[in-house]
Amino acid sequence: MITVRNLTKRYGPVPAIADISFDIATEQTGNIIGFLGPNGAGKSTTIRILTCFQPATSGSAVVAGFDVFRESVKVRRQIGYLPENAPLYPEMRVREYLNFRGKLHRMSPVDRTKAIDRVTERCWLGEFVDRPIGQLSKGMRQRVGLADALLHDPKVVFLDEPTIGLDPNQIRETRKLIRELGEQHIIFLSSHILHEVEQICTHTIIIAGGRVLAQGSPGELQEQISAGSKLIAEIKGPTGEIESAIRKIDGVGSVQTDSLGEWQRLSIDANGRADIREAVFNLISKKGWSLREMRREVASLEDFFIKITAEQKQR
Amino acid sequence: MRNIITLTGRELSSQFYSPIAYIVIAVFLVVSGIFFATTTFLAGGPSNCRPLFQLLPIVMVFVLPMLTMRLMSEEFRNGTIETLMTAPVRDIEVIVGKFLGSFIFFLLMLAATLVYPFLVSFYGPLDIGLTFTSYVGLILLGALYIAVGLFFSTCTRNQVIAVLCSFVLLAIVTLLADFLVRQIEGTPRVVMQQVSLLSHYHDFARGLIDTNHTVFFLSSTGLFLFLAVKVLEFRRWR
Repeated sequence: MITVRNLTKRYGPVPAIADISFDIATEQTGNIIGFLGPNGAGKSTTIRILTCFQPATSGSAVVAGFDVFRESVKVRRQIGYLPENAPLYPEMRVREYLNFRGKLHRMSPVDRTKAIDRVTERCWLGEFVDRPIGQLSKGMRQRVGLADALLHDPKVVFLDEPTIGLDPNQIRETRKLIRELGEQHIIFLSSHILHEVEQICTHTIIIAGGRVLAQGSPGELQEQISAGSKLIAEIKGPTGEIESAIRKIDGVGSVQTDSLGEWQRLSIDANGRADIREAVFNLISKKGWSLREMRREVASLEDFFIKITAEQKQR
Repeated sequence: MRNIITLTGRELSSQFYSPIAYIVIAVFLVVSGIFFATTTFLAGGPSNCRPLFQLLPIVMVFVLPMLTMRLMSEEFRNGTIETLMTAPVRDIEVIVGKFLGSFIFFLLMLAATLVYPFLVSFYGPLDIGLTFTSYVGLILLGALYIAVGLFFSTCTRNQVIAVLCSFVLLAIVTLLADFLVRQIEGTPRVVMQQVSLLSHYHDFARGLIDTNHTVFFLSSTGLFLFLAVKVLEFRRWR
């Protein structure tokens, strides 16, 4: 549904995003795509390119089957977009605004009325439809923006930081709504909040400094990040022999040994994604050594995200 | 085409929501009313509105940029340009819609001045032909002013900059150029006459509809609308 190839966008000499590529296909990725990255990572720039607001400097992107650059009007018919902070015309009333947007999408008057009823119910705007937008609170305006993005029943809905500036209750409601919307639309949402993406997204793309750092389902992502995980084992046996024996196991990288009296504490790096726990245990039992602890130190997504966020800040 | 109608409708109605529009109408009608009372509606004067029609273009230099300053600047400032341009509309439709919205508003404003020739007609046979051509001239001139204002509004997110730039440019080509035409001679004068909007407008106020001037106004309006479209494209390319 979304295919992005080597997308680059420069503002002057500085690249906002560099060489971004990813594929979104519902069968593999599910319907709710999280675009996660610290502030200034290039999330909004990417979304602006995918929604045909800005052209890219180089690279290509296909959304809903059409090229965003060459067939931009066709793409724009298929997408809904809620920009950050939901910009709206404050002087218009909610219904008036949605009606205007419906006309731009070439909907007939009957379809517009139906669609407005549908989206205002969906986004809990019922009693507010005849209020001027300027009088609404931030959370309500966000809902109007969301209602607008859903009005023409688009295939893909882009939400740029949809929960920013909302109170905790509204955040919970919005997340629930996004999960429901994922049943009918492909939702592409950007966020700088890790647990938000972990909670609602079926597929996550992590971006920082304008580059994609990791992508996959929550499980895959965990695996990618934990690939460089360590195995910690405390073993009692003949000093010197333990380390060399473990080094001979298939898939073992570097081994570090600390001596704790008669116990040896080994921290073992596995090559790639190899799971060496069984092999290590078999070795110990064959040799008749004692084992009092064995655990895998898994890097969590959160550690990973904090690390890249910190790197971003240093730049 | 349907998009243009939609955008024009929204633009026109949003003009009526804005307090500036009412101030603009008020200023325009008060000033033109004063001119009408002091220069045109005089005992023993000719039964037409010529002196008023000579002055209205100058009032419009001050008044129309205030109408056009928010057209695009406000979209950029509020970020609504993003929702607007990601809907299936073309740049040119946005610019033309904005232009027509303000242009219709200007026509309504101008329609209110019809009361002056109407008043004159009570006291003598009104020169209908002259009144008609003067209005044609004012409408063409107003269209150009609005296109210039829209162009500057597309260039900046700051409404004050937009209004000042259009005011300065319009004052130069309307007031300064007209002043220079009367000061200099030879080739520079001929050039200035082509630049001066009032020189082009005078024939209309004298009762003539000249293709030359009509084409001048229409093509310059088109030029500024074209430039506005290009600036809008450029701003998104950056």
